[in-house]
Amino acid sequence: MVTSSRDAPRPAPTRAPVIVASPPLLQVRGLVKRYGSHVVAVDRVDIEAYAGEVLGIVGESGSGKSTVLRLLNLEERPDAGEYFFNVPELTGRNLFALDRMAQRRVRTFDIGIVYQNPHLGLRMRNTSSGNIAERLIVAGERAYRTLRLAAREALAASEFPLDRMDDPPVRLSGGMQQRVQLAKAIALKPKLLLLDEPTTGLDVSVQALVLDTLKRLQRETGVTTIIVSHDLGVIRMLADRVMVMRYGRVVEQGLTDQVLEDPQDAYTQQLVHAKL
Amino acid sequence: MSGVARSSLHIAQYVQIMSLLQVNRLSKHFIMHHLRREVMAFDCLTFDVREGEFVLVVGPNGVGKSTLLRCLYRTYLPTSGQAIYHSRYGAIDLACASDVDIVRLRREEIGHVTQFLRVRPRVSAREAVAEPLLAAGLSPIEAGKRASHALDALGLKRELWDAYPTTFSGGEQQKVNLARALIAPRRLVLLDEPTASLDAHARRALVERLAQLKQAGVAIIGVFHHAEDVRGLVDKEVALTADSQRPSEGDGLLTSSIACNGCAGGSGDVAE
Repeated sequence: MVTSSRDAPRPAPTRAPVIVASPPLLQVRGLVKRYGSHVVAVDRVDIEAYAGEVLGIVGESGSGKSTVLRLLNLEERPDAGEYFFNVPELTGRNLFALDRMAQRRVRTFDIGIVYQNPHLGLRMRNTSSGNIAERLIVAGERAYRTLRLAAREALAASEFPLDRMDDPPVRLSGGMQQRVQLAKAIALKPKLLLLDEPTTGLDVSVQALVLDTLKRLQRETGVTTIIVSHDLGVIRMLADRVMVMRYGRVVEQGLTDQVLEDPQDAYTQQLVHAKL
Repeated sequence: MSGVARSSLHIAQYVQIMSLLQVNRLSKHFIMHHLRREVMAFDCLTFDVREGEFVLVVGPNGVGKSTLLRCLYRTYLPTSGQAIYHSRYGAIDLACASDVDIVRLRREEIGHVTQFLRVRPRVSAREAVAEPLLAAGLSPIEAGKRASHALDALGLKRELWDAYPTTFSGGEQQKVNLARALIAPRRLVLLDEPTASLDAHARRALVERLAQLKQAGVAIIGVFHHAEDVRGLVDKEVALTADSQRPSEGDGLLTSSIACNGCAGGSGDVAE
């Protein structure tokens, strides 16, 4: 039923930016990740994200979108690919080729991440404020007062109820756990914020509130954000641009409204029309 | 006379008077993969828009008027042709500009008002209207003040300002939509049937706002169900006709051509 995208006449590829003069903050080229001998989770993916923009990645489960996010967070090593960050101390250096310590520094200072599953991002039995302080301790901060203040500030920014900042995440609701993760992610004012299905599994009303917080934070801090979701509604609300992945490859990318309303690829058309 | 010949005359005449947008042989076809069909929206459209000019797009239902606006906003990807827009940063072809450049232009220069309000749940009417101003860097207090003023001008009841628009009637939603779309300064505004569900008071307020924008040099391209509302503002009409939708030959995908050939016949006519 699905025709190969090669059959279709494609519009002329869009040109390189001329108005946006600065190079992208993040550039990934030729990303490949295999599991075992015949599973290619990510297959020659290129990504560019410009400063201050929100890039969405959509696709079904198994499309490779979460793997891409883990690779961008330097949690796993790719089988091929280059990853550049356009910040003074890292310009021209392939992040995948850095040693462990240097990668850890990048993960601490330049990247924040929110996982769908809070167990991956938080120590569930430590206090919420402690979870955030831990990140600052890794960054070298030792003064109790400073840690406490910074944790409070980050939690307030992610609209977490401060009277519960010393409760462990295990005793918090799903929406609050995501806010603790978000506070931890932004505590050190990263250049790049990675969101992996941040609102999936939350009640619809809670989801709306968390989305609103994300939108406001993004606007106020201008942090470059990459959000992975299978929920096209979430992507439409947050992302400026979107990449559609299938079988580890990018089948289409473009402005979010364009991809959702005038999809060019056969698979994207199916995906968009399958939305309730 | 063919549309192309006539509008090239326009370009010759007005190119010195700050042409803002030059649409040149613009075409849009939709390719529907599951039907293996190609559907023509409009073909080889040529016209020119100057600063402060109000262009009315006319034609029967389904002829591609909204599609044209969406192509200029790049919600739809034009199939061929050009739309040269003279931005503050220089000339750029909207038909093939990079996505990030389009994002920038949408934020700063080009607005699009659709018939439908799309807001995030749990965002109040006033917050929704203030958002473009916040994005432009205004303080929350100033943005809120201007948002209230815009809602007031369009006649949205004060008690609704802090309510969620998802519960509003069609007309009330449209007021929020318009206030939001017209609040931040733009150089080109695309209006897709903005008066469809508005009462007489709100229609008058809208026309007043559009007249202000026009006076300030903003170019407006609009599709109006009741064109008499804006009759006094219109400088030029772009007519889309059914024969600007020639059916593609053969069996869709395999035989379709992207290049636009033989524009002479069915292009949009431009009339002053």
